[in-house]
Amino acid sequence: MPQRKPLHLHVPEPTGRPGHDTNFSYLPLSAAGAKRRPPVDVPAAQTNDLAFALIRVLDDQGQAVGPWAPQIDSKLLKRGLRAMMLTRAFDARMLIAQRQKKMSFYMQCLGEEAIACAHALAIGDGDMCFPTYRQQGLLLTREDNNMVDMICQLYSNARDPMKGRQLPVMYSSKKQGFFSISGNLATQVIQAVGWAMASAIQGDDKVASAWIGDGATAEADFHTGLTFAHVYRAPVIINVVNNQWAISTFQAIAGGEGTTFAARGAGCGIASLRVDGNDFLAAYAASKWALERARSSFGPTLIEWVTYRAGPHSTSDDPSKYRPANDAARFPLGDPIARLKQHLIALGIWSEEEHQKVQKEVEAEVAAAQKEAEKYGTLADSHAQNIGEMFEDVYKDMPAHLQRQRAELGA
Amino acid sequence: MTTNTLKTSPMTMIQALRSAMDVMLARDPNVVVYGQDVGYFGGVFRCTEGLQAKYGNQRVFDAPISEGGIVGTAVGMGAYGLRPVVEIQFADYVYPATDQIVSEAARLRYRSAGDFTCPMTIRMPCGGGIYGGQTHSQSPEAIFTQVCGLRTVLPSNPYDAKGLLIAAIENDDPVIFLEPKRLYNGPFDGHHDQPVVPWSKHPQGEVPEGYYTVPLERARITRPGAAVTVIAYGTMVHVAEAAARESGVDAEIIDLRSLWPLDLDTLVTSVKKTGRCVIVHEATRTNGLGAELLSLMQEHCFYHLEAPIERVTGWDTPYPHAQEWAYFPGPARVAAALKRVTEA
Repeated sequence: MPQRKPLHLHVPEPTGRPGHDTNFSYLPLSAAGAKRRPPVDVPAAQTNDLAFALIRVLDDQGQAVGPWAPQIDSKLLKRGLRAMMLTRAFDARMLIAQRQKKMSFYMQCLGEEAIACAHALAIGDGDMCFPTYRQQGLLLTREDNNMVDMICQLYSNARDPMKGRQLPVMYSSKKQGFFSISGNLATQVIQAVGWAMASAIQGDDKVASAWIGDGATAEADFHTGLTFAHVYRAPVIINVVNNQWAISTFQAIAGGEGTTFAARGAGCGIASLRVDGNDFLAAYAASKWALERARSSFGPTLIEWVTYRAGPHSTSDDPSKYRPANDAARFPLGDPIARLKQHLIALGIWSEEEHQKVQKEVEAEVAAAQKEAEKYGTLADSHAQNIGEMFEDVYKDMPAHLQRQRAELGA
Repeated sequence: MTTNTLKTSPMTMIQALRSAMDVMLARDPNVVVYGQDVGYFGGVFRCTEGLQAKYGNQRVFDAPISEGGIVGTAVGMGAYGLRPVVEIQFADYVYPATDQIVSEAARLRYRSAGDFTCPMTIRMPCGGGIYGGQTHSQSPEAIFTQVCGLRTVLPSNPYDAKGLLIAAIENDDPVIFLEPKRLYNGPFDGHHDQPVVPWSKHPQGEVPEGYYTVPLERARITRPGAAVTVIAYGTMVHVAEAAARESGVDAEIIDLRSLWPLDLDTLVTSVKKTGRCVIVHEATRTNGLGAELLSLMQEHCFYHLEAPIERVTGWDTPYPHAQEWAYFPGPARVAAALKRVTEA
């Protein structure tokens, strides 16, 4: 018997740190078009290979290839590109507003726009997303998007639909299929499963779509959500956005090393796909597949979206302290806007001139919305909320003790 | 509470709770009942027995052993528009669900400014007296009464159990519904060495068969008296009644019923009248609900008080197994407190 070495605790480390480049070979990739597209009624166990592969449609030349290439008309393609550009422009402007102290805090989704924007175009009216703080694209893609309300929420101003109670970006919009963001991680996954169970109990046709990051999959609620989704065959999609980083924590610390996050679903008997999250067409196709599967009573799907958090975690974070500065540029799946733009140009339905024109349009739209929102104040100029509202909505009807406390405050 | 016209029958607390769920499953298609073992089997205490057979497995079903999952799915169902009634098998097992209760259910209305709400009732048996040891005897009510946005309810008899459970299910706020398991089958007064009295021999064991409610935020005076006010709830109401009977102290006993938000007016009126107060609960003393009740009485009744307020509670230890009756705040301890406070 060979002599054993003393035990040594394995603490995963990223391959790159400030000063030396990341070796992205840790990410298993597949060629565009290489992976099969099973029918939506496939038994979950027969998707296990797709949990370890990478579903991709757009190749390096901007061509849509393989069985996952969606049937999508040029109008919808342009709408998707515009939605991603709007989302990026919105983030850029709000970052500046945060630096101007018009809000306390902001979180951008730079580099991840394709996932939420494509999903928003795939999802149906009445479906409900249970998002994290990096899916603003779900709201901004909608035809009924309301940037003024969103900015009022960010500013906690007099028109803030959340009445100043929530941190910036913790939106809620029931009528837009966007569940109230908690701020506690992973709690929304099991809630989405419950919402989907309710849809099934009522004989409805609505689907829930849960969102979570790679880091938060370590929480019990994620695993509990998978169990309940499988047990009750709930009409739910569990989206794991693997952007490689949870603040400064590399995804291997959440359990991504030597396996995939999609594999979690396979282990629970849930159909599981691992998808190029920077490929708008793959994101749209996989979302459509999972929605159709759920709506047809074939049960839940877990989708791992492989992407890269190109910006800081939040305005309170400095990623130059823990990862190489050139990481986003070297990420092997590229930039989602550039890739879809290349595809549209290759199709002959887009041009550099049109792109610049739309870029100016979306920037102007954001600026106009911001101007309108600032009529109701910002956090900086003390357009204070009605302080008495602090006591409302704790209960449906205000109990006596809160009435007494409100009087004590003189509000 | 128009009960005079309703047909009544004797019920145990288990039967009364089952009847409440039966009534609400029949009245409201949005009511669903689930939890560990509650479906086909009908629950380890049999509170949901027969409900799956009657309403089908889309309305009444078994859940995985995951308290966080049970409450978390209830948040989603409530947000969809259902009124889930979930069972946590023992209150001692609720802790994995506390994040979903405290951070999610209790604050969803507030954080979304009313955009989303999640009405739900979370039932759980609590309290000792059944040789359950430290994992089947706890009284964790103070964990919930401290949380803004929750309602916490704890009945002491079958009539109130049914009326309060229906009120809880109909309420639009999340409700923690604690069931003192030692009272499931009779009005236990702490005399563990005496034969069990069945609910059929107690006036509050006569329960209307149909729909009625007992309003939340309303206490009930179970024994009028002049010498001292006893604030109690659950099993301790019956212990306090025994203590008053056996000590001869003319105590006014108030059954709190809704622990938070509570019926402050009834408490203040009584304590101002008697000038003395004893607070009794089975839960541990330090930072227990008694501490808040005592503060409220001090704030609202100080100039009417003739003696220091006393608390009679479980000791600040885990709930022991073999030493259960030394831990349990029985009638002798309550009677001694009544004597001290009235003679002070």
